[in-house]
Amino acid sequence: MAIGKMPYWRSASRAATHAALMHRFANPARFLKIARPLTGWLFWPGLLLILIGSACGLFVTPADYLQGDTVRILYIHVPAAWLGMGGWSGIAIAALIQLVWRHPLAAIAGRAIAAPGALFTAICLMTGSIWGRPTWGTWWEWDGRMTSMLVLLFLYLGYIALANASARDGQGGVSNVTAIFGLVGAVNIPIINRSVVWWNSLHQGPSITLRGSSIDGSLLWPLGLTLLGFSLWFGAIVLMRMRAILAHNKVEARMQRLARG
Amino acid sequence: MKAKHQRLMLALAALVAIIGAGLLAVSALKDEAAYFYTPGDVKTKGVEPGKNIRLGGMVVKGSLKRAADGVTIRFDVTDGKATVPATFSGIAPDLFKEGSGVVAEGSFDPKGTFVATNLLAKHDERYMPRELEGMSYNESTHEMKAER
Repeated sequence: MAIGKMPYWRSASRAATHAALMHRFANPARFLKIARPLTGWLFWPGLLLILIGSACGLFVTPADYLQGDTVRILYIHVPAAWLGMGGWSGIAIAALIQLVWRHPLAAIAGRAIAAPGALFTAICLMTGSIWGRPTWGTWWEWDGRMTSMLVLLFLYLGYIALANASARDGQGGVSNVTAIFGLVGAVNIPIINRSVVWWNSLHQGPSITLRGSSIDGSLLWPLGLTLLGFSLWFGAIVLMRMRAILAHNKVEARMQRLARG
Repeated sequence: MKAKHQRLMLALAALVAIIGAGLLAVSALKDEAAYFYTPGDVKTKGVEPGKNIRLGGMVVKGSLKRAADGVTIRFDVTDGKATVPATFSGIAPDLFKEGSGVVAEGSFDPKGTFVATNLLAKHDERYMPRELEGMSYNESTHEMKAER
């Protein structure tokens, strides 16, 4: 950092009052103070919920009237789909904060979200494929829901490649070009959500809507556990990755100082 | 206007433009992106015999008949607006049954029967234990009621 240039978080705290809370966390030390204990608080309860939810989904709930035991994969498939889409929503929000408020943590958050987001999207596609074979009679069909979800996976891979290709040394966050890509890619999220409503598709319509759920309560409750559990885990992974990027930045800065002598 | 507000307006304008473009593209795709034709589509738009399409709808209750050769089945597909007869030779998925959804790949023969080369079962968005099977279901409120 150039001599005489104030650190971002100090100059910003004077200028903006409406975003005071957001800018508090522009200081990495302050962010880390909260992120460090929070990681464990998200990780372990998340793991516990995933294990309890999966066990209940496997052994406690009744089988479906039509699909039998095959239906139990939904306790993994649905949280994976939700987090794949939620991840990109997070990337888009981080991108907006990065582009408008120039918040340094937003750029780091975008990069931290990308890998687990891509992972959960891949899990959603794989479990969907495994589920489709015994129920629909096919591993894969190019219907609206499946195709738009595959596009989401490719968007994640493109985002990661772009972030790596245009990374700025020692900053760890994604470049502005990558952030713009993250914002543009968000168009796909409502398309995935509405794909089964707009177009007739092999994938069934939405089960859980604002009006209620067409999944009977006796099958539904473990989904709440795994949904919350995987979400907490997602948060823990993002915090871990943000901390790793910040630690890497610190090492980089120290190495550069040492090299300069 | 401060630079930050300028960036915010720019980002929001870009977002609106992108979403508008996305919606335009999607609405243009509307029919092209459909995964299958319904019997109603076939009736209104017309599909020439021999053209490979997918036909989707419900298998009419009581229409499923097995031919003497043991592998050929005949059934009617409906979407509530029109009904189309179909035949298929081969192994149908487990979930293929009367009163349930089906997506058939194949083409129409000159007599208007759909000759399927592959069958996919389509199920709806309801999941429930076996004890609740046969209860009536209100699609708009998601409510289930015991029949009788």
